[in-house]
Amino acid sequence: MMTKYSFFNLVRNALGHHEGWAPAWRSPEPGKQYDVVIIGGGGHGLATAYYLAKEHGITNVAVLEKGWIGGGNTGRNTTIVRSNYLWDEAAHLYEASMKLWEGLSQDLNFNLMFSQRGVYNLGHNLQDMRDIRRRVDANRLNGIDGEVVDGIELKRRIPILNTSPNSRYPVLGASFQARGGTARHDAVAWGFARGADSFGVDIIQQCEVIGIRQVNGCVTGVETNRGFIGAGKVGIVVAGNSSVLAGLAGFRLPISSHPLQALVSEPLKPVLDTVVMSNAVHGYISQSDKGDLVVGAGIDSFNGYGQRGSFPVIEGVLAAIKALFPVFSRVRMNRQWGGIVDTTPDACPIIGRTPVKGVYINCGWGTGGFKATPGSGYVFAHTLAQERPHSLNEAFSLERFTSGHLIDEHGAAGVAH
Amino acid sequence: MPAGRLKTNETEGRITLSRPITFSFNGKTLQGYQGDTLASALLANGIHLVGRSWKYHRPRGILGSGTEEPNAVVQLGIGARTVPNVLATQLEIYEGLEASSVNCWPSLEHDLLSVNGWFSRLMPAGFYYKTFMWPKSMWMKYEQAIRRASGLGVSPNLPDPDRYEKTYAHCDVLVVGAGPAGLMAALAAGRTGARVILADEQSEPGGSLLYSRETIEGLPAMKWVAGVWQELESMEEMKLLRRSTVFGYHDQNFLTIAERLNDHLPRWECRGARERLWKVRARQVVLASGALERPLVFGNNDRPGVMLASAVSCYINRFAVAPGSRCLVFTNNDSAYGAALDMVDAGIQVQAVVDCRPRPRGVLPERLRQRGVEIIAGSVVVNVKGTHRVKAAQVMQLPAQNGILKGEKRLIHCDLLAMSGGWSPVVHLSSQSGARARWDDARACFLPGMPVQQERSAGAANGSFSLNACLSEGSFAGREAARLAGWEWDNQPDPPSSSMQLEEPVQPLWLVPSEYAPGRGPKQFVDMQNDVGAADIILAAREGYHSIEHVKRYTALGFGTDQGKVGNINGMAILAQSLGATIADTGTTTFRPNYTPVTFGAIAGQEVGEKLFEPVRKTALHEWHQARGAAFENVGQWKRPWYYPKSGESMQEAVNRECLATRESVGIIDVSTLGKIVITGKDSGEFLNRIYTNAWKKLAIDKARYGLMLGEDGMVMDDGVTIRLSENRYYMHTTTGGAAGVYSWMERWLQTEWPDLQVFLISVTDHWATAAVVGPNSRRVMMGACQGIDFSAQSFPFMSSREGTVGSIPARINRISFSGELAYEVNVPANLGKPMWEVLMAVGEEFGITPYGTETMHVLRAEKGYIIVGQDTDGSVTPDDLGMGWALSKTKDFLGKRSLAREDCMREDRKQLVGLLTINRTEVLPEGGQIVEDPDAAIPVPMIGHVTSSYYSACLGHSIALALVQGGRSRIGEIVHIPLAEGRVIPARISDPVFYDPDGERQNV
Repeated sequence: MMTKYSFFNLVRNALGHHEGWAPAWRSPEPGKQYDVVIIGGGGHGLATAYYLAKEHGITNVAVLEKGWIGGGNTGRNTTIVRSNYLWDEAAHLYEASMKLWEGLSQDLNFNLMFSQRGVYNLGHNLQDMRDIRRRVDANRLNGIDGEVVDGIELKRRIPILNTSPNSRYPVLGASFQARGGTARHDAVAWGFARGADSFGVDIIQQCEVIGIRQVNGCVTGVETNRGFIGAGKVGIVVAGNSSVLAGLAGFRLPISSHPLQALVSEPLKPVLDTVVMSNAVHGYISQSDKGDLVVGAGIDSFNGYGQRGSFPVIEGVLAAIKALFPVFSRVRMNRQWGGIVDTTPDACPIIGRTPVKGVYINCGWGTGGFKATPGSGYVFAHTLAQERPHSLNEAFSLERFTSGHLIDEHGAAGVAH
Repeated sequence: MPAGRLKTNETEGRITLSRPITFSFNGKTLQGYQGDTLASALLANGIHLVGRSWKYHRPRGILGSGTEEPNAVVQLGIGARTVPNVLATQLEIYEGLEASSVNCWPSLEHDLLSVNGWFSRLMPAGFYYKTFMWPKSMWMKYEQAIRRASGLGVSPNLPDPDRYEKTYAHCDVLVVGAGPAGLMAALAAGRTGARVILADEQSEPGGSLLYSRETIEGLPAMKWVAGVWQELESMEEMKLLRRSTVFGYHDQNFLTIAERLNDHLPRWECRGARERLWKVRARQVVLASGALERPLVFGNNDRPGVMLASAVSCYINRFAVAPGSRCLVFTNNDSAYGAALDMVDAGIQVQAVVDCRPRPRGVLPERLRQRGVEIIAGSVVVNVKGTHRVKAAQVMQLPAQNGILKGEKRLIHCDLLAMSGGWSPVVHLSSQSGARARWDDARACFLPGMPVQQERSAGAANGSFSLNACLSEGSFAGREAARLAGWEWDNQPDPPSSSMQLEEPVQPLWLVPSEYAPGRGPKQFVDMQNDVGAADIILAAREGYHSIEHVKRYTALGFGTDQGKVGNINGMAILAQSLGATIADTGTTTFRPNYTPVTFGAIAGQEVGEKLFEPVRKTALHEWHQARGAAFENVGQWKRPWYYPKSGESMQEAVNRECLATRESVGIIDVSTLGKIVITGKDSGEFLNRIYTNAWKKLAIDKARYGLMLGEDGMVMDDGVTIRLSENRYYMHTTTGGAAGVYSWMERWLQTEWPDLQVFLISVTDHWATAAVVGPNSRRVMMGACQGIDFSAQSFPFMSSREGTVGSIPARINRISFSGELAYEVNVPANLGKPMWEVLMAVGEEFGITPYGTETMHVLRAEKGYIIVGQDTDGSVTPDDLGMGWALSKTKDFLGKRSLAREDCMREDRKQLVGLLTINRTEVLPEGGQIVEDPDAAIPVPMIGHVTSSYYSACLGHSIALALVQGGRSRIGEIVHIPLAEGRVIPARISDPVFYDPDGERQNV
């Protein structure tokens, strides 16, 4: 039985030397047959399981994770949450996610440390500023908060930002979404896992899917390194490995997987209380509650499944950070790492049916997946349960690459994802 | 004898007593000597308390003597040159050094937040995930308090005045670490004649020998080191790097080294760059990075005065400092006995050695017994007394029953506790290279895994802890690495031997048992910097966080600036114990770069500032534009004149003047920045046919044609005019910002998809300076300036190209136009751009020739409805959307053609390029503004398009705009609305996108 997390229970357990806490989730052996098997125990997969149980009453569900939950991009991103996307379809999806974020700690009874400290997207040239105006106006008309901030106001709000007209690419202004911010990424996986587990969902770690069994084009279950597991429906939510799993199921995806790197500094006393992103110079930065500066880079251009990128990208992003924040030059980089992002031709996800009956896919979030975690799980759960997309993810079908109805976020928005 | 500096000649160690240095710590002026680190100098001054921990703000002292230090983190200096989170154990002191403690207020001794310690029972691992959720609105306030409490040092608040540089190097063998194994490896490799780099993080070579009292080949260790160093220095192909940390091991044997050039010098002696980043491509690598001693995990093991045994030896032998006067030693292996002997010989009272092994009988224990020191075998230290400094320790007898010790507690007074929990090879770089570290039960440590790159480990880094093994393994590894790199030498002497001691095996001791169950007694720290105790790890395991990665993330184990160098293995072992698993099962967390933290500035290097962040590209005419007072715009990497204001003129006034002058007489613009690519080879025409949407094979020589380039998705990605220079030679123009992308795009297709085509691409953007002479008088200017060309309309028609001279400069002149006016583009070799321009200006003077910038160019083209790719398109626009369906060949295939046949590309109501005329003719629409039908509609308001370009047209006396509007071409004449952020709404009427000279007569005259 799940122990409720509260200050009261913290005090009560302190008296018992914290020996009374129950596991946040069980570690069950795989069952024989599930209504739904979710492949991938990242934030999106766990959120899907949680909403399947909570919103649709489907609890005979297993989440299969080949490593440890949250160990992929959920635990490797730069924790930024925002919803200021350009196109209606994307904006509504990410905004739905944002609304879930705003009550998620309470809903999950797990403090995700969701911190709405605001997100700035900087503009460095006239075209950036046109795009920013376009996006902010579109957001406003879609009911998403946003404002265009000029260089002078930006300097007032972020005094350590270099807004000098003499810099190589002067900062001319920015878009600002006040409701944007950051969240504690690992906690998102754990919170959803604990929530899903409390409904009876089996979270099975160290369980790698090595085949997807089908009869007459219809899925019947998955082969794993721990044996066959029967499934009425299968949801694939494996980010960078999506094309691998699609291959096991026998279809192809318009996905290419790339390394994406990030790094942190040593912990510092509070120095930056918001999120700053720049597409033109390719870098973004925020400060975690622990005090580390969290820095993200652009993707490595080569393809691969290895979770490591190339050093020149790190050099480039730190040059960009130093250009934006000259005061951080003497700060030191503590640790760097890489994840694998699954990118689509239009920088938007694929959420929906696949050519195999009973197999559904949720992938292609590219560099923007973390912020969408709750919304992604919410609509994917709906899609799995109802066997048809939610109105929010209707436009994100695999078929759009055949019909041509693309939602071109990178072409349009000029936003670092 | 009192603690502090040992002052006998024998024990001077590596410091120079004749060179005293004055420095300050927490505002107090102190003295040390040349060769001291801040840590050794503080200990010499009797200062043990140096910092506060991250979470509970517990008083902390100095634990280690090098990069492994978790506690002694200080803020160095003040002002622009301050550095946060420097390790006192790594910081060499210099005259005038100022350092202070971090994470304490108002003072180190009286830190307000040490109250956290009282509430520490409410703050176990992950407590913040369980609370601070009510009321919801308070989280941001709670978080503010959390943020204020965490973090260590303070970021500088001024730009960095120092410079950083980078260098590349290639070598046959890179040796990491100049301890006994590394020195031998460098020596053996160097003697073959191979190119060798030896990098070591310390100020001088020697590694563990810096504090060793052993002898090698009969010489005191450091005398032997000096001899080796001398030989290495004499080798021509040997590069010796001191104060240089190899911090990253990337793919293809690419390693990164941070060399600290100035940090050990007083300000006035600093020269040149502060740090240098080495990017090394090594054929072979020898990892001789040594080993780190592990602490033991017992109650209050974090108190100032509790130190690693090897660190105590180091302070005594290397720095001539006694870190205490009465010491208790606690160990599970023989090496701490060496430290105890060092102490005895230095005159420090060793109260006893507590050894968890039942019968320690090695050479060293025996020797210590002979010196009369008590050995308390089969026992453990369970608790430490004292807060700001160790006062005593409690010792209990093993074995434990159900993990609990019963029986007598013996109290032993001491002011220093030297502990050793065994040794962990530094497998960081080998792991970074891709090798999976493997657990070795006998040695109770992780060893480097099977190499996946060209590397090998030697010495302590390989789990071979004895000095003799270090020397011979190092020698062998160096020789082997050189051989694999193609270098051999038959006369290699045998490796030297040392006064070695046989050691008894270590007995693993992870969580030290006590009279309490874990979590019920005093805190037993595993990761000191992050205040992770054994109970936190056990709690994490209890709560289902079974993966070591989960435990790391849940408890913050190993997340500090030390990245868990001393604590991680203990943590992994305690997790394994509490899960009933083995350490081999639990495994390690991933070792990631950096080995130790590296300055952002060093990684950014020289690529910073106005000039070097990215190359600034300037045209041959840049100085001329500057002299004319042009305002510049960044377009890609280029600086382009934006407009040329005359004194007192606003931007709008300048642009109006430039536009009118061009439309009425003649203007001139520098268009050198347009991308220019020469396409040659016998299949060039076929290649263009595939790349562009329209047909190219029939284009006559010296004729020009406009081309549209699409992505595979059928969306417009670039455009420009291409000229056929000869049978198999074309000259392509791209957009300024798109040049590099188009070039790569074409190369990609040539190299990966169409290798059968004989086509070669040459980027010639920088080869040519180009001026466009534009306006009704342009022909007259050209006739005056140019020789050898008949400019009559018949012999030099629109969209054709001729060669001639301008002044005496050979030039290619293209009659093409981006303004709708009669216009000529004059191309000359870039170095002759300025004289060409000056001739045109001189000839044009009588027509009032007016230089104009990109803004006027934009207005002129918008008046004609010409698009700018990237401004009027956004990656979702087809040729037909732009009204350019005419450019699509129906007969041949081209990139993007199939995508255009998709149903969505055929929709009638796609967004189409149209014009907008504001109802108020002087009101200029904001570019990027969204277009709606009903501004009063409820949110979400349906948007039907957006403004892509918008200007005031002086020529038309009207504001004009281009826009993409759903089904726009069928809406011409309709009124739409552009709502602004401040609430105002601007109405505008949809029009044809061509506002000026719709029949195109002016350019054809």
